[in-house]
Amino acid sequence: MQMPDFVVRFAGEGGQGVVTSAEGLAQAATQVGYHALTFATFPSQILGGPTWTQSRISTTPVLSPGDAADVLVAFNREAYDSHKDEVREGGVIIYNSSDFQLEEDPQSVGLAIDDLAKSTGNARAANMVVIGALAHLVNMPQIYLEEFVTKRFRRGRAEDEQIITSNIAALTLGREQIASSGFVVGELAPPLIPEGKQLLLKGNEALSLGALAAGLDLYVGYPISPATTILVFMERNLVGPGKFAYQVSSEIESITAILGAGFAGKKAMTATAGPGFSLMSEGLGLAWMAEIPLVVVDVQRGGPATGLPTKTEQSDLMACMFPAHGDVKLPVIAVGSVEECFYGAIKALNWAERYQGPVILMTEMSLAERAQNIPKPDLSRVLVEHRQVYQGHNGYHRYQGYELSPMPIPGNPGAYVANGSEHDEMGDTTHLPSRHVQMTERRFSKIKLLEENEYERENPQESIVLMPWGGSKGPAREAYNVLMEQGLGIGWYYTMFLNPVPPRMLEELKQKEVVIVPELNYQGQFASILRSYGVRAQAITQYTGLPFKVSDLVKRVTEITRSQQKEMVRA
Amino acid sequence: MSKKNEEYDFKWCPGCGDFGVRRALEFAMIDRLEETGLPMENNVVVAGIGCSGNLVHLLEGPQPYGFHGIHGRGLPIAFGVKMARPELNVVVVAGDGDFLSIGGEHLAPQAARNLNICAVIMDNGVYGLTKGQSSPTTALGQITSSTPYGKLESALNPLELYLTLGVSFVASGFSGQPRLLANLIKQGMDHPGFAIIHVQSPCTTYNDTYEALKGNAKKGIEPLLWEVPGEHDSSSRSAAFESLHRPGVPVGVIYRDTARPSLEQRLAETHKKVAPKTVEQLMDTFAF
Repeated sequence: MQMPDFVVRFAGEGGQGVVTSAEGLAQAATQVGYHALTFATFPSQILGGPTWTQSRISTTPVLSPGDAADVLVAFNREAYDSHKDEVREGGVIIYNSSDFQLEEDPQSVGLAIDDLAKSTGNARAANMVVIGALAHLVNMPQIYLEEFVTKRFRRGRAEDEQIITSNIAALTLGREQIASSGFVVGELAPPLIPEGKQLLLKGNEALSLGALAAGLDLYVGYPISPATTILVFMERNLVGPGKFAYQVSSEIESITAILGAGFAGKKAMTATAGPGFSLMSEGLGLAWMAEIPLVVVDVQRGGPATGLPTKTEQSDLMACMFPAHGDVKLPVIAVGSVEECFYGAIKALNWAERYQGPVILMTEMSLAERAQNIPKPDLSRVLVEHRQVYQGHNGYHRYQGYELSPMPIPGNPGAYVANGSEHDEMGDTTHLPSRHVQMTERRFSKIKLLEENEYERENPQESIVLMPWGGSKGPAREAYNVLMEQGLGIGWYYTMFLNPVPPRMLEELKQKEVVIVPELNYQGQFASILRSYGVRAQAITQYTGLPFKVSDLVKRVTEITRSQQKEMVRA
Repeated sequence: MSKKNEEYDFKWCPGCGDFGVRRALEFAMIDRLEETGLPMENNVVVAGIGCSGNLVHLLEGPQPYGFHGIHGRGLPIAFGVKMARPELNVVVVAGDGDFLSIGGEHLAPQAARNLNICAVIMDNGVYGLTKGQSSPTTALGQITSSTPYGKLESALNPLELYLTLGVSFVASGFSGQPRLLANLIKQGMDHPGFAIIHVQSPCTTYNDTYEALKGNAKKGIEPLLWEVPGEHDSSSRSAAFESLHRPGVPVGVIYRDTARPSLEQRLAETHKKVAPKTVEQLMDTFAF
């Protein structure tokens, strides 16, 4: 039987080709029409350290990195020892026999990765030796790989042909050495070429492109894992007349600078992760209070304080929704795939303009560093929103009434004071109880403008439903597909809008016996918020710094469903 | 606010130095308006927290835009305003606690950028609004509500700090001379880079330094204020440092470097060298 997908884990020391092999395999596969997803996890150091990546190649869109590997490529002994149990039964381990030797292990085959690469005259072709070997294991035609190599290295340089020749030689050497060992994993089904042009990119790249598509004018940031790549992208690409991207001295400068820019009429954004987000707390309260449009991207990592800078978690939801002292509840969008990174960024900037206030766009390390193919977005179908601008005379009361009002832009008539102190309609500080009531109600009323009715829903008649959020969407969806095949009677709900939650969806959720929420944190943060709305939500939590495995979710969702069904029968 | 707002109930104490600073800022902005023809709305006054921050609500006459933000963050807010709209005249008003204590971390970066804004600092050597605690410019040994046995830290010398950090326009003034101060502020606004006008603005309630600053001949008190002499070479960094060796408080321009490009000028130069890609072109770099 042909395999519909193929999962390879690459493990070793940073710099040994762990990342380039995984990305090369994904690129080669997507180029011939497969779907691919690459998951990476790094140590928090510049060079070296134990690193692993996982690539999944499939004939259908890929939702998660895959639970068990068909093949492990172990670049060193430590990698072999720590990852060998992640290989499925019947899988194969390729170990780097240039680096270490293994005693008899019937599942393992040595490949002299470094020596073979050197023998081509191009030591940097080590990843091609690996890819050639992998291709043989699943009977992938060599021609696919050669096309990929030719396209990748033909860049109009004098040495192009020599590089292409050595890389193809490396592919062939890897293939031949594994072929002589007699190992095979199976036969990967031929690709079902997706319709339309595809892009292969990482979550942070998709998010940055989305922000540009939404008309971002100004980006200010400070380096922090795993958000740095957004800063780097913006510094390179947010250029030209009226645009500005800049690295400042702290996240306090980031948030206050975009406050200034949002006030001055621009679409402004920053991106950060946990520690930086904590520093932005007071500035976010100011944006809410003074009604300044801006977007803060939180690329979640693990743990409080410095925590796990290069691991994944979904533990910032409470902090994102309630980031500041006082009565504040910020709009939150949490994306669940690389494609949603693009469209979520557009929505976040639109929301900020629409309600004139701060919006939090949540993503997470596992999405930020995940390379995945997505259909190329059609920009002509992207809706870009702009704030209501005041176009009158001086003497305007910017904060009048209980609802949104047009915003003056400095340089034009309508001067006012944007004020972080409680203020009257002109923006002057006041302590009148009636004014605090009016302004508090005004600020909260604007949230209603963000109520959308887009959400995913399947089998809505079921009283038990699965509802992940953020990056747990992928593994949860795969688990749901498995459970459907197994005949478990549950429904599916999903939205990227966590505040405000689509009202119609919320009404439906309130009717359910149980809403099962898988999330990567200890407290079950979203489940707890849903319970506060009157939804019978129950969390499935995990706090390892790694994404959910599909098999774990299948097991835990089944347990909750069975026990709930028993209770329902008893009742 | 252009006319009296009954609801706004904040008042400076009688005799507060900030009245004079406010008047001077109004003069400077009116002068600018008359000189350039640009409307008052072309000015943005960014304020921090404290007595000084209330200046933005107390301005009389035609109104500029204002941003009354959070404690210590006037400079980075102003950075955002200025880089978003370089055509605006951006002024920061702050006190010594706001600017030099909680906001001190923002000084060095703006100096390195030569951000083209003008900061007017009201130094009264005390936290007034919280009722009399010590600030970075409070004297060593001075008794305040938070230093009941005398302040244990040396007083900061703000002018030396600004010069050391590379602020490209440094002036010192006194709130009791609003016309003179207006002239310094106007020069700071016109300066193509980061300008700081550091103003002695006494707190009549917690740290009344009027007599010490102006002197009192009857009591034999020599004034701390001294005028920067006409022959002072404000283009020389070393002359600027040298001038600060004289005890007391100078009034005038200490240092001015007009040769150094501002951040927005450097940005414009960079943008000339870079051809921006459209979103469509950027997406295609990820296509296969």
